[in-house]
Amino acid sequence: MSIVSHWTRKAPARPLDFYGEGIPYLKEVDIRGRLIVIEGPDGSGRSTQIDMIISKLEADGHGVLNTGLKRSDLIKEGILQAKQMLPLGKRTLALFYAADFADQLEHKIIPALEAGEIVLADRYIFTLIARSTVRGIRTKWSEDLFGFALKADLVFYLDVDPNELFHRVVQKSPSLDYYESGADMDLSDDLFSTFITYQQRMAREFASLAKKYGLIRIDGNRPIPEIHLDLQQRIDRYLASI
Amino acid sequence: MQRPKSGSPKKFQITGKLIVVEGIDGSGKSTQLHLLDRWLRGRGLPVFTTEWNSSQIVREITSKGKKKGLLTPTTFSLLHATDFADRYERNILPLLRGGYIVLADRYAYTAYARDVVRGSSPDWVRKAYSFAARPDIRFYFRVPIEVAMKRILVSRPKLKFYEAGMDLNLSNDILESYRMFQARIIEQYELMAEQEGFTIVDGSLDIEEQQEKVRDTVSKLLPAPMKQTVQPVIRA
Repeated sequence: MSIVSHWTRKAPARPLDFYGEGIPYLKEVDIRGRLIVIEGPDGSGRSTQIDMIISKLEADGHGVLNTGLKRSDLIKEGILQAKQMLPLGKRTLALFYAADFADQLEHKIIPALEAGEIVLADRYIFTLIARSTVRGIRTKWSEDLFGFALKADLVFYLDVDPNELFHRVVQKSPSLDYYESGADMDLSDDLFSTFITYQQRMAREFASLAKKYGLIRIDGNRPIPEIHLDLQQRIDRYLASI
Repeated sequence: MQRPKSGSPKKFQITGKLIVVEGIDGSGKSTQLHLLDRWLRGRGLPVFTTEWNSSQIVREITSKGKKKGLLTPTTFSLLHATDFADRYERNILPLLRGGYIVLADRYAYTAYARDVVRGSSPDWVRKAYSFAARPDIRFYFRVPIEVAMKRILVSRPKLKFYEAGMDLNLSNDILESYRMFQARIIEQYELMAEQEGFTIVDGSLDIEEQQEKVRDTVSKLLPAPMKQTVQPVIRA
């Protein structure tokens, strides 16, 4: 018995499984790794949790790729620049993020899964779908758009009370992120109410996506170690079941 | 002007007119659109012209991605859709609602043709663009490949990698690759011509003859007094 758990060696290769039609020119690709997603708003403790999970998985001997939204080498800079330059429309933003996601999916996520790694995604298409829906884009359009996205094996979402979120976000940086707080949506005169309303709407969208796609809600109002224990147990149990 | 099939759920009224030109490179569509633009402006009508892949926000990314050969068919498609959406949300839609005649040099049909040739699913591309209003007139400039290639090679003796469809691995010879790429795009255009209701213009005719057909078609969209004032094309 090796001290490293070589589960991927015994994990059978499987074809790519997509949410929709998929990517026609990748029909031949087989993967052996697993894709685990943590969704949740800024301030929900996502990155802290992801760091802890990665440490544990690596200690267990797994190869892990950490990826997330707006991290594509090619497109990330462009999105940031464009956002600073001039306000972008909701459809433009949705497609821009989809391009960034596609770039990472094809250049990072799929290759890592082919190599048998565990991919830990710091947010995935559900955040993108929810953001668009609260801005008035039909959910169906977003779902069709992300028909090329690979199905995740596990999706968690950290659910945190909006008032608690507000305090955490402000403690980190006193000025709120423009889009993350829904400031582009003209919801209210003051940023606090805007933030709360926006987060409530996002939470509502997540609740409905959770039902549809089997997202696992994690109570993010608890202390960090408690959340980690919860997540880690679920992940370990899942990996052991393969 | 027909509202898009799937867009924002809010109802809105469009009072302007949307006219688009499609066809392969060298089909002469841009020249025809330019002459149409001149004619409409000469009549004092509010006109706005927009070109494919011209939005500032993605230009740098696209050119960087092209240089590094990083663009997959899916990212390529999505970046063009982003470009289109930006022009659509910033210019096309507001101007149509404000009563403008919007002239588009290439529209969603270009994506339906090119992205599909590159390997994207036809259905997926169409759904991605389903927020776009259906144009009032969809001109398609049909031209034999040899004619189009001759025109292109005169003005652009050096073809670029993606322009020639070299990413498709059709041929190692850039000219041959370009020819095959264009042939496949034509195939897609012809496949959708009937379903999308293209007004077909023979792009191998004289510029004046083509423009006459274009103006004749467009004049039917315009307010009544315009009909009687259609004039022959004056050579620039």
